[in-house]
Amino acid sequence: MLLNQFLGLAAILFCIGVYGVLTRRNGVMVLMSIELILNAVNINLVAFGAYQGDVGGQVFALFVIAVAAAEVGVGLAIVLLIYRNRRSIDVSEADLLQG
Amino acid sequence: MSQLAMLAAETQEIATNFFFYTIAIVSVLSALKMVTTDNVVHSALWLLIVLASVAAVYVFLGAEFAAATQILVYIGAILVLLLFGVMLTRAQIGHEDDLNHPQPMQGLMVAVILFATMVYALADAFGTTRLDALSEQRVERTDAVADAIFSTYIVPFEAISVLLLAALIGAIVVARRD
Repeated sequence: MLLNQFLGLAAILFCIGVYGVLTRRNGVMVLMSIELILNAVNINLVAFGAYQGDVGGQVFALFVIAVAAAEVGVGLAIVLLIYRNRRSIDVSEADLLQG
Repeated sequence: MSQLAMLAAETQEIATNFFFYTIAIVSVLSALKMVTTDNVVHSALWLLIVLASVAAVYVFLGAEFAAATQILVYIGAILVLLLFGVMLTRAQIGHEDDLNHPQPMQGLMVAVILFATMVYALADAFGTTRLDALSEQRVERTDAVADAIFSTYIVPFEAISVLLLAALIGAIVVARRD
């Protein structure tokens, strides 16, 4: 198998995730798209680890999974707070800091 | 005899390619459905299929522990957390009209340009680099992963532990009703 098969799949998933982050207005769906991006990065890490014959790639993929768990916890808490204050989780309406 | 071995290797190559492309197509189609569907819960369920396919890709790369962790943490914990988020922030569940930006073309253009750049860079750097992930020496044993985490990468591991604790407390403080 080619290394590029895995890297290409990761690139496709990454770009779909970027599209989701840019076009979704629902805060929870933006978080889901971010999970997609992190998964694409993880495929790259594990693929390069297998390519180099080094466990470091896999270890860093596990670290990224742990950071993603922390990120989604805090992110959902923030989304919940926005919902409680504004009765809506439309991210384009949360523009209090806009100049 | 060596001809037979070559034939066997070729057959294995075809079989692994077939399964890899099946999984890749399933994950890409599910990801596309995930970012285009107009139902929040359906979107979360499409994400489940993507996460499961990524776990299968890890198995292809000989990373069994990463695949098990992917299923346990992503499908078992993060997806349930996201569904709880949907439940707590939305009164009605089902079809919705205002989930997407009115002009999705900008996001589409950014994604396409990014993808074209990545494809060019990958083809340029790793054009035909081979990766024999399924051969015996490529499969990373789980005890090697454990050794690496608790020796070489012990400092980042401890930092991750503290980060998880901080995120846990932070999430409770932010979301608490008082």
